[in-house]
Amino acid sequence: MSASPLDQVAAATPVQMATKIKGLSDRAIAWIFVTPTILILLAINIFPLIWTIRLSFTDFRVNRPNAEVSWVGLRNYERVLTDPDIWTAMQATAHFLIWTIVLQVLIGFTLAYLINKKFRGNDLWTTIIVLPMMLSPAVVGNFWTFLYQPQIGLFNYAVSFFTGIDPSSFSMIGDVNLAPWSIVIVDTWMWSPFVMLICLAGLRSIPDSIYEAAECDRASKWRQFWTITIPMVLPFLMLAVLFRGIENFKMFDLVVQLTGGGPGSLTELSSINLKREAFEKWRTGYASAYAVILFVTVFGLASIYVKALNRVKNR
Amino acid sequence: MSEFINGILRLRRGPWEMLASVLIALGVVMLMQPVAIWLYTYSFVVTLVGTIMFIIVSHFPE
Repeated sequence: MSASPLDQVAAATPVQMATKIKGLSDRAIAWIFVTPTILILLAINIFPLIWTIRLSFTDFRVNRPNAEVSWVGLRNYERVLTDPDIWTAMQATAHFLIWTIVLQVLIGFTLAYLINKKFRGNDLWTTIIVLPMMLSPAVVGNFWTFLYQPQIGLFNYAVSFFTGIDPSSFSMIGDVNLAPWSIVIVDTWMWSPFVMLICLAGLRSIPDSIYEAAECDRASKWRQFWTITIPMVLPFLMLAVLFRGIENFKMFDLVVQLTGGGPGSLTELSSINLKREAFEKWRTGYASAYAVILFVTVFGLASIYVKALNRVKNR
Repeated sequence: MSEFINGILRLRRGPWEMLASVLIALGVVMLMQPVAIWLYTYSFVVTLVGTIMFIIVSHFPE
């Protein structure tokens, strides 16, 4: 009879170590292994969070470390929540968030549905489609600035080819009506493959037997799609929305590289606005209050979303 | 509706979580809406109350 994996591990453990941990309970050994992780988490996640909350009640400015810091109570929160510029940044974030998620879910799911069909060159197409998400956001932002150029940009020429509009008559990045859409297009181009991959995992997890049973019951393809495919892919789709929602709420690098928040402050998302308050105007206390507001919003949204996800999974 | 109110009165998790979720969602909509700045001003309080309520009521019995 062959030894169990546990016996094999015990046999492979050096005698010195075995002697050292001898006498410790399983619980104690578990704590020994988990403690370093907990300490690292406390140091790099929990401590900065608590420190930020503390700073949000002060008038601390990081560029004046020797100046006296005074306790201002809720004044920073009051100022952030009555600032029309931050309100505008929140609206820009909402526009970006809603449209990117809607487009990425639609395009990502459609691509996954098509890629899931068996056809020649399937793997090659999957590789080509996922290429954009492997690039650095800074690189993507940079080369889309060229694509959006009114004189030499390929994007403008493509639009001109399909609509007949003069390519140099519009500027995606410079126009106040088009700039918010320019960042939506680039983010959708970059991250739809991510949603596609998650949806593809969901589609491939559906057993063929369910479709075969539906065929036996003479269910139409349309009916199979709505009663089998969509409900079984929904938890995966919701997970993709959660990931993209949180990521896009704190979107920074791509937009900074592409529009720099312009024209004016039209595409200045909340994270870019926050960075300006913290590291250009050096209002650290004020920026901390702003960060806490964003944190509570994302945390609250993620909580209800995870609850909804669990409910769908348990269905 | 009466089931929901009963759940609230008997401190059951489902209805309280629902209430907290509605508060969070309302707070987020208030934060990002382009209509009135006073809604934006009170959005954080609503989201915070909803989030804290959610954390507490998720420990209530089913």
